[in-house]
Amino acid sequence: MDFLSIILDILLSAAFWTAVLRIATPYVLGTLGELVCERAGVLNLGIEGIMTLGAMAGWMAVYQGADLWTGVLAAAACGALLGLLHAALTVPLGLSQHVTGIGVTLLGTSLSYFVYRLVLPQASTPPTVEPFQPLALPGALAQTPLTYLAFLLVAVVAYVLYRTPVGLAVRMVGENPAAAEAQGLNVTAIRIGAVVAGSALMALAGAFLTLSAFNAFFFNMVNGRGWICIALVVFASWRPGKALLGALLFAVFDALQLRLQQASGGVLPYQLFLMMPYLLSILALVLVARRASYPRALMIPYRKGER
Amino acid sequence: MSSPVKGGPEVVLRLAGISKRFGPLLANDNISLTLHAGEVLALLGENGAGKTTLMNILFGHYVADEGTIEAFGRPLPPGSPRAALEAGIGMVHQHFTLADNLSVLDNIAVGTELLWRWRSDRGAARRRLLDLSQRFGLEVRPDAPVGELSVGERQRAEILKALYRDARILILDEPTAVLTPQESAGLFETLRRLTADGLAVVFISHKMNEVFAASDTVAVLRAGKLVATHATASTDRAKLAELMVGRSVKPPAPAPLSPGEPVLELAGVTVASGHGRPLLDRVDLTVCRHQVVGIAGVSGNGQTALAELVSGLIRPDSGRLSLKGSVVEHGDPADMVRRGVARIPEDRHSAGLVGTMAVWENLIAERYRDSSFSRLGVLRRSAARAYAREVIEEFDVRCPGPDARTQLLSGGNMQKLILGRTLAHGPDLILASQPTRGLDIGAVSYVHSRLLDARAAGAGILLISEDLDEILALADCVTVAYHGRLTPLLPHDRVSVSQLGLLMAGHWDILRDILPETVHAA
Repeated sequence: MDFLSIILDILLSAAFWTAVLRIATPYVLGTLGELVCERAGVLNLGIEGIMTLGAMAGWMAVYQGADLWTGVLAAAACGALLGLLHAALTVPLGLSQHVTGIGVTLLGTSLSYFVYRLVLPQASTPPTVEPFQPLALPGALAQTPLTYLAFLLVAVVAYVLYRTPVGLAVRMVGENPAAAEAQGLNVTAIRIGAVVAGSALMALAGAFLTLSAFNAFFFNMVNGRGWICIALVVFASWRPGKALLGALLFAVFDALQLRLQQASGGVLPYQLFLMMPYLLSILALVLVARRASYPRALMIPYRKGER
Repeated sequence: MSSPVKGGPEVVLRLAGISKRFGPLLANDNISLTLHAGEVLALLGENGAGKTTLMNILFGHYVADEGTIEAFGRPLPPGSPRAALEAGIGMVHQHFTLADNLSVLDNIAVGTELLWRWRSDRGAARRRLLDLSQRFGLEVRPDAPVGELSVGERQRAEILKALYRDARILILDEPTAVLTPQESAGLFETLRRLTADGLAVVFISHKMNEVFAASDTVAVLRAGKLVATHATASTDRAKLAELMVGRSVKPPAPAPLSPGEPVLELAGVTVASGHGRPLLDRVDLTVCRHQVVGIAGVSGNGQTALAELVSGLIRPDSGRLSLKGSVVEHGDPADMVRRGVARIPEDRHSAGLVGTMAVWENLIAERYRDSSFSRLGVLRRSAARAYAREVIEEFDVRCPGPDARTQLLSGGNMQKLILGRTLAHGPDLILASQPTRGLDIGAVSYVHSRLLDARAAGAGILLISEDLDEILALADCVTVAYHGRLTPLLPHDRVSVSQLGLLMAGHWDILRDILPETVHAA
């Protein structure tokens, strides 16, 4: 069997690209969210927990009878709340962003499972909801509304960051908070705002999983996607457009390995294919991110009037 | 209270009874000042006299414990840079507050618009910036990232940032610390244009010549107190120096000595950088016993590489480094110490001392393996402590004792500690990088006299400094670093500050005037 022709077949099929866009969606949203936080100078390692909470909260709201968009809003609100916790600990109190972020992830993940079990103590097979349906737009591969929203948000975040006063303020507090303060900006408020907004975006990524990609909430469903987003932000050099590119690239690898697994018919162990996207991401990081210029104040707490 | 020196112009700023404590330290003690439109006030004082604290209170970075501020007749709310900006006060900090990754225009425009607008009006911002730039002769490139600007350009951007905000009172914190003499002259020219436009300027300084070059009024701070306010024209250097220090100070007077045999020789030394032009480019340099060789230059022109080379931290890519006549093939820092090189590092906090360790531990850091301080791999602590007590005594290091943590010492005492470590073993070559940076006049003269003692005792001294007055006061010969090259050695009595300034800016054609054909001996 000719390996190249198999890959070519896969790459030429519309179904493949439909899958790529679907797989990319949570990475796009999560990466955007992380990017907004980091541009303001706050590393948010709570992303994995925030995505899990978003997945659970969105699904739970719909399961309790809310409509799908209300579920999405509920997810965003819960994500924003957890982001507020992270911001409260890291910005005004200036605690270590690493440690706090890991704590937020543990809290968000456990809290989601806990609430899920509290509401559904008996369920052995996860109950389902009616998820978003694909929506065919003219000239586009049919996707669910959340995917379109994610791609739209890339443009929105890019516009806000580079074309509005508030975006400039966010970038400034991430580069040099002392300079921002000398210009009369409230560094604390801007950082908190960015972390809360970014966290809401991360929660949307979670909601996409339970309300669009799947129709139920189950354990370990975020499955490290948050950590990939952290790497994608570096890959993207903190730029929204490149973040989209990175998410798509990762999704291509992922969709490709799924299909190659099937095509190889068990000749090679499937774990080898599972590894592929991660290996390729590491390679891409090595190639691209060595030259990345970090927001200068990333991970540095700002304390007013310190000497 | 200070008495208004000028009668006519409007009072724009009035500080009344400002006091500020940091723990046990009284940084500002009941300070009152007035400033008039069109006036340049120099705030003169040693490091730690409270100048920057006072200006930070004025600009809202700190809140005063007592006292009030009035700008243009209205009370200024404390603790808010925003309120200060709105009252027309702009501040240019000593360490520029610019974000390197953003453009000049971004840096200047940030925070000037309402945050929640659909789009920034960059066109209007650019026009306003270029207009100001033209009006006050402050040239900038609006779209260049700040990280690519020279120090002088950054300072212009900082001043424009304040003017963009309609500042009528401009505070400059040690504005010339990073400038060449020519750039400083340009800055003072700018200040004259600003005051002609009716702005009032406060500039903080500890350099006497600037006070006379640029100010109308001078206020002297000492240990947190305002000790005097004078019209600049009615006072003189000696008087101001005495007010600053609280006693009279004599400048160092090196005794004439004829140079002995060479201790350090560099021949055609090149050190490559990762990219672009080399850090050091075919450098020849000789330092002899009984001789101080001063390296002048704007920082970043190869001085750091030169210091690292002589310390053994880096090796030449080509060329030869010799100490006391023998070529050093594979120098490392320990080897250099054994060969008689003593170092006063540029940054005493990061490279000179370990702040969290005790005084005695720092003192033996270079020779803890010597048999006097360790035996069979075990430290001889009592011997080390006894040695530390000797150094503390000998070099007048004010500290609780050998076991005190080093970071609790003042800057001057840290430098004395380093000096003690450097000089205690009678070195052959002393590498002194910025040996008096950030020290007050008293500590400066102590360091200078100790270095001159070492010179008299037979050491050769390589003095790297950004302070031209220091170089001209101490050095027998001067060389200027520019883009990794060094000029030939120039006898100190044949160059002036302004000639050094031109050489520092790369105008090496004037070497012909300083060193006409014959004179070429070091």
